[in-house]
Amino acid sequence: MTEVAVVAFAQAPNVRRTHGTTNGVEMLVPIFDEVYTRTGLSKADIGFWCSGSSDYLAGRAFSFISAVDAIGAFPPIHESHVEMDAAWALYEAWLKIRMGEVDTALVYGFGKSSAGDLRRVLSLQLDPYTVAPLWPDSVSIAALQARLGLESGRWTEKDLAEVAARSRRDATGNPRAQFGGETDVAALLDADPVADPLRRHDIAPVTDGAAVIVLASAERARDLADRPAVIGGIEHRIDTPSLGARDLTTSPSTRLAGEAVGTDGVEVAELHAPFTHQELIVRDELGLGDAVRINPSGGTLTGNPMFSAGLARIGEAAQRILDGEATRTLGHATSGPALQQNLVTVLERG
Amino acid sequence: MPEQPLSAPLDIGFDYTRSVGPVLGRFMTALAQRRVLGVRGSDGRVHVPPVEYDPGTAEPLDELVDVAAEGTVVSWSWTADPLPGQPVQRPFAWALIRLDGADTALLHAVDTGGEPTSVRSGQRVRIRWADEPVGHIRDIAYFVPVTDPPADAAPTAPAPPAATSPEPGTGDDTASVDTVITPVHLNYTHSASLEESRYLRALADGRLLGQRCPACGKVYIPPRGACPTCGVPTTDEVELPDTGIVTTFCIVNVPFLGQRIKPPYVGAYILLDGADIPFLHLVLGCEVSEVRMGMRVRAAWKPRDEWSTTLENIAHFEPTGEADAPYASYAHHL
Amino acid sequence: MAKQRAAVLGTGQTHHRSKRTDVSMPGLLREAVDRAMVDADVGWSDIDAVVVGKAPDLFEGVMMPELFLADALGANGKPLLRVHTAGSVGGSTALVAASLVQSGVHRRVLTVAFEKQSESNAMWALSIRVPFTMPVGAGAGGYFAPHVRSYLRRSGAPEHVGAVVAAKDRRNGALNPHAHLRQSDITVDSVRASQMLWDPIRYDETCPSSDGACAMVIGDERAGDDSPAPAWIHATAMRTEPTTFAGRDQVNPQAGKDAATELWRQAGITDPLSQVDTAEIYVPFSWFEPMWLENLGFAADGEGWKLTEAGETALTGRLPVNPSGGVLSSNPIGASGMLRFSEAAKQVMGRAGDYQVDGARTALGHAYGGGSQYFSMWLVGAVKPT
Ligand SMILES: [Zn+2]
Repeated sequence: MTEVAVVAFAQAPNVRRTHGTTNGVEMLVPIFDEVYTRTGLSKADIGFWCSGSSDYLAGRAFSFISAVDAIGAFPPIHESHVEMDAAWALYEAWLKIRMGEVDTALVYGFGKSSAGDLRRVLSLQLDPYTVAPLWPDSVSIAALQARLGLESGRWTEKDLAEVAARSRRDATGNPRAQFGGETDVAALLDADPVADPLRRHDIAPVTDGAAVIVLASAERARDLADRPAVIGGIEHRIDTPSLGARDLTTSPSTRLAGEAVGTDGVEVAELHAPFTHQELIVRDELGLGDAVRINPSGGTLTGNPMFSAGLARIGEAAQRILDGEATRTLGHATSGPALQQNLVTVLERG
Repeated sequence: MPEQPLSAPLDIGFDYTRSVGPVLGRFMTALAQRRVLGVRGSDGRVHVPPVEYDPGTAEPLDELVDVAAEGTVVSWSWTADPLPGQPVQRPFAWALIRLDGADTALLHAVDTGGEPTSVRSGQRVRIRWADEPVGHIRDIAYFVPVTDPPADAAPTAPAPPAATSPEPGTGDDTASVDTVITPVHLNYTHSASLEESRYLRALADGRLLGQRCPACGKVYIPPRGACPTCGVPTTDEVELPDTGIVTTFCIVNVPFLGQRIKPPYVGAYILLDGADIPFLHLVLGCEVSEVRMGMRVRAAWKPRDEWSTTLENIAHFEPTGEADAPYASYAHHL
Repeated sequence: MAKQRAAVLGTGQTHHRSKRTDVSMPGLLREAVDRAMVDADVGWSDIDAVVVGKAPDLFEGVMMPELFLADALGANGKPLLRVHTAGSVGGSTALVAASLVQSGVHRRVLTVAFEKQSESNAMWALSIRVPFTMPVGAGAGGYFAPHVRSYLRRSGAPEHVGAVVAAKDRRNGALNPHAHLRQSDITVDSVRASQMLWDPIRYDETCPSSDGACAMVIGDERAGDDSPAPAWIHATAMRTEPTTFAGRDQVNPQAGKDAATELWRQAGITDPLSQVDTAEIYVPFSWFEPMWLENLGFAADGEGWKLTEAGETALTGRLPVNPSGGVLSSNPIGASGMLRFSEAAKQVMGRAGDYQVDGARTALGHAYGGGSQYFSMWLVGAVKPT
């Protein structure tokens, strides 16, 4: 089967609020231009298009349809859409290249989380009969998960604050991050919890954003990038939605996906963890030791553009290879409450 | 200050009617009788709330067993500012609670009278039932500590509507619940694109403002954040007249909820003179049977004092009486 | 490297009704899934991945419902994908599932699409008033009826042809035990006598609103070889164009034409009308049958209605269209496209029961969505592609 590589990645600035529309056009047009410029491709050269977004984020049915205006989709295009983070759109595009149907694909995700009350909107992901009618918000669900780890000794509040401090420090080097800066762990721990046991620094911000990745067959990729990031493996799994029926301090789906991909020798990992403790869970399930550089971009804790944050993690991991800074990196994406669904990909210098 | 796009509230709300099927139906029916049922899984574990299919084997489950209305807090988090719809409307704890007799934990609210220091893992809690159970997860109003429960009842979110009429809360074993009603109300802020905002502001002045795509030269009304064939924002402003033609149309004979005009009436694609794309509007001012493809029409504006940033400033289009446009002149707009 | 061969091993669907209040959403899906797995003779351990499709989440008021459906879909510990491409989604979902096999990633994939419209009201969800837009107040049919009028003007088709389609599809639906509407006594005259809702579309020429689900198991070449009656996938195609743009042909959209051209090219079909035995085409309003016959290349531009009028699309005609009764007989929106795909498969598997087309060896499944802008289609055959 055909090998597939990432040849370009771009993301819109992670911001608390854009003035743009919920169809993402204003965020997408400039980043499409960025990847066209970088690869020398034009829209007519793209064999397959795939996007990820959510109607509930926009508050309207078929919100993704207007986004194809950003493409300029005439003559007609070969296109598909997942109602998931665009990391899964990348998976679908990977299939299309792998099976030899096309040799290039453009994958994008977008979301304007600020249009609604995000943590309330996300409660509609829960069981509609016995859980969602109570409106448990996404932050409170994550807080239940965090406490289980704190009380079982899996992590401490200091461990969590250290994740936050490292993320913010690294984000200072990422011009597209929502915020960043030097912080003191002790100072972070002085703050009052906002959803006890979680403090502000444990929780990813609300972010509007978009991201795009261009994929190509390994053969085609050599013409499009100096150092294409070849997808060595990509796997995803899901766990039961029943929050009270599984050990929330673990993520079996992450472990299974990681084992299927093979995470040995990874130098850099970009993990999609909207809460500090979730980074620790994912890291553990993927067997990433201390030598692995985690989230050099600052990660999701410094910018969490819903439905493109997972794709952006893959993009950031690929960028290390495109830039010649690493030879084997890992991108991770998550979806659903309490890390229910997870995707892992390993990228390698071609 | 840079030009700001227009934005406005977008509120969506619907009371969803959820048929629950036989397994959850028995659970809901029991709740109406102030009892809690779990379901025995393929591995023997008792799941509360019940699941219809086993998480491990995907086999259908139907052995329902009674569990207690009292249990143990497995984990909790504190909510200082309850959101709309959450069970307790003063500071409360979300908790995973393992009821006695169950092997899995139920997510629900624990009221401690607003006191965060009164909740802990391992704590014993029991159900405070809703005053009028209807067969819904909210029949469990919330949980309270078994020891030192709060002295007063917590303020709660409005109860969900009852779906089934048969004697809710009477303890009548024959009244089974097959449907639950779940109101979903969400509030958004919807923004127009910058291009569309200019067009909307012009409408408030009684002007029809299109824009030309810099790449293909087509005139779009409304203008676009991205030309659908070129993927670039439309730019040069083009003021359009309020006259044009009907390209095609339908006659609406069907009455429906929220309809504002009495049928029959005509919904038509209107192509303004000088525009390259038609939009949908109403054609009134003649018998519906007189409306034709190619008919020339002019906008009938509402009184000026009713104008705002909307195409509704044009009440409808009506015939001008001029000769019809030849088919060939608009065939490529169909 | 070329794509791997793949085949439909089994199909299943619910009984479609306006309100399936006897089941939950998980129960509705499992009715279709369990039937597909029995038809394919597979157990849960045989399923490598699950692909779910449905139309807007607002219909059921659940955000990404596949997350809470993971238990019911036997997906825990497996890959699960959720597709949403408007009304074509049932077809697109099947194509994603096929890709998982054609790319050599998996051996057997379960795919399911559904809609439980009775949880809300699709008209409500579709007519949420978005600020700054002007509601014309015409409803769903009001969007498509003007384009039907354009077709009539362009083709010169006689006005009774729409009724011919409706009467045919509803009578076919009467042969299908799963169909929502089963009207064996409907006639062209009775359709013409029904109320004109959105002139030129009559009441009997519109699709119902249904609860329902459809599922399929798609397997690799080895699984197909082991199957007693597989439907081999010979070609697949998807195309999209914007909802509106200057000069857009809304009657005969380029995206549909391009998808069909690609489909016939892949399958080596040069004369679709002669080489395809039956077609399940997404026809939610009667006139879309002749429109899509032209769009798909079964007839020249402006001539599709002649096939319909001559009875060539009836069960005994040259190209039986929608022998199952089609969307006009059952319309669980998210599942409607997959129903077209699976009904095409059932024909070449010889499992279509009372509406089996004699000697069907090659069949088309077709779906479209949005404002006639999303197209997905496949061609399946009784014989393994060479
Ligand atoms: Zn243009």
